Amino acid sequence: MGILEVKGVNKRFGGLQALGDVNLSVKEQTVHAIIGPNGAGKSTLLNCLVGKLIPDSGSVMFDGQSVLGRKPHEINQMGISRVFQTPEIFADLSVLENVMIPCFARRDGAFRLHAYETVRREAGIREQAEAMLADVNMLEKRHMTASSLSRGDKRRLEMAMCLVQEPKLLLLDEPTAGMARADTNNTIDLLKEIKAKRDITMCIIEHDMHVVFSLAERITVLAQGTPLVEETPENIKGHPKVREAYLGEAQV
Amino acid sequence: MLGLERKDTLLLIAVAFITLFAPIILNPFPAGSALAQFNAGYPDLMQRFVIFGIFAIGFNILFGLTGYLSFGHAAFLGIGSYSAVWMFKLLSMNVIPAILLSIVMAGLFALVIGFVSLRRSGIYFSILTLAFAQMSYNLAYSVLTPITNGETGLQLTLSDPRILDGDTGGGLPVTSLFGAEMRETTTLFIGPWSWDFSVGYYFCAVLMLLAFYLSVRIFRSPFGMMLRAVKSNQQRMNYTGLNTRPYTLAAFVISGMYAGLAGGLLAAMDPLAGADRMQWTASGEVVLMTILGGAGTLIGPVLGAGFIKYFENIFSKINDGILHQWFAFMPDGLENVMVALIHPFIGKGWHLTLGIMFMLVVIFLPGGLVEGAQRTGRMFRRRDRNADHVESDAARQRAAAE
Repeated sequence: MGILEVKGVNKRFGGLQALGDVNLSVKEQTVHAIIGPNGAGKSTLLNCLVGKLIPDSGSVMFDGQSVLGRKPHEINQMGISRVFQTPEIFADLSVLENVMIPCFARRDGAFRLHAYETVRREAGIREQAEAMLADVNMLEKRHMTASSLSRGDKRRLEMAMCLVQEPKLLLLDEPTAGMARADTNNTIDLLKEIKAKRDITMCIIEHDMHVVFSLAERITVLAQGTPLVEETPENIKGHPKVREAYLGEAQV
Repeated sequence: MLGLERKDTLLLIAVAFITLFAPIILNPFPAGSALAQFNAGYPDLMQRFVIFGIFAIGFNILFGLTGYLSFGHAAFLGIGSYSAVWMFKLLSMNVIPAILLSIVMAGLFALVIGFVSLRRSGIYFSILTLAFAQMSYNLAYSVLTPITNGETGLQLTLSDPRILDGDTGGGLPVTSLFGAEMRETTTLFIGPWSWDFSVGYYFCAVLMLLAFYLSVRIFRSPFGMMLRAVKSNQQRMNYTGLNTRPYTLAAFVISGMYAGLAGGLLAAMDPLAGADRMQWTASGEVVLMTILGGAGTLIGPVLGAGFIKYFENIFSKINDGILHQWFAFMPDGLENVMVALIHPFIGKGWHLTLGIMFMLVVIFLPGGLVEGAQRTGRMFRRRDRNADHVESDAARQRAAAE
């Protein structure tokens, strides 16, 4: 029984069957990758997990509870954090504030009219945020405005914002999309580092095979909205169905 | 002090100092001198400065922090005024219950209007608030005449019950704070100068200081940080487990209550309320004030409110006769040319002057007057720092030598 159990999920956009009978099980403390050619339904699946889309049928259970019909912020409060394809951060706020906000969200819940205390006096929250920034080597940049960070640092900051919530499941949506090789390798190192430091469950959606094979412990291959196989990386490489899905497409 | 950082405490003290001594500061020219018409230290105008200051401070909590541009905030100003006048008619001429009702009623209306309008963001939110405000205006103007007294506006009458006050004997009663009449003014004459100290102004000024203090607390609180996060990235907010809706609604209601307080004070200074107060031009004015002063800054909205009200009341009073006096020293032809040149910008043309000022500020100082002040400050500080640098180098050398 995995921490995330997707059963028989269907999603249709007009005439397009984006997801057809998807089953997926993510085991606790593993790095699970979902790969597949363009249009395979990876992003649709991810959006169904975080509450942005509601599947037409099927069930999505997280930690024993259904996430269907819940709003994104409720699902986050259940313990799922999400890293976006292009880093989504609070660009106008300082780096430290960016990390303090998830700390507040974790302590105070989805809403609290917390106006009688100044942010500066929240020493506990600040220490928590600073420790997290130190963890991703960004402590000395904490007073910078987030928009002035380099792209790699924005990615780091977004990871820090997700990790400081100590999520039960971290979803990553193509974390290296559009990155140069060096940046990609940095991201892989960062993720490996994170994985080594804490027992976290990650689910990565990725295009780049290099990233997938250096990180994943389990891989699910999606094609045309349906999972083809779920295997370990070693077994995926030579799998005939995977070759068909990727290479068959390439030969046309 | 008062739970504020040192910098904010200093700002609060500076604002307190300026508001408390405003009757002196705003009257720098001796009465009767040629420049006396630039004096703004008369009670009626000073009251407007602080009341619209409160209005703009509240508006800034919504617009400056969350970025939601409401184009209908005058509705809450009007609701505040009507509530206050009703309180004067029914209960007592004491301003305290009137102002409390103004705040509560404006808060309730803001809750309803905000709940509906905040389902949308950006331009659609602005249009929704504008529609609500215009609806309120038209209702007040026509359908709700029994409550608002339509075009005439709501006024005090001799036949009002005023259950707490009893018989006032004869004429219309005046608003007061436990006996201290709002219109009471003491004039101090020193040499050629004259300064008016009005009870009404000081009552409003104290409330503005309180309103300003509360807004500083909100700006510096975790709640304020969340509002800035709403402005920055709502998507990230949602995926960080935060529900943006109640945050924006809370900001909307708080700023509506500020507007209600301002409306209540307007009625407390002059107990009548008309539908004009809710018109969209009034809503637009507070947007101008906030942007002109600097949206999202603490002191900006107050500066903007003061600036606009000063122009409205001082520039509009200058007429051609006064201009002829000023340029009397010039040869006749030149004098007439000068007057003709300046004529469009004064008197009824004050809007033109204000419009030009507004354009200049938005183009060259997008952060408003506050940004202007900061830039000037930075220019001076940079010079200081260069000097410091030399000194600290010298100190280091000295230390090394020892």
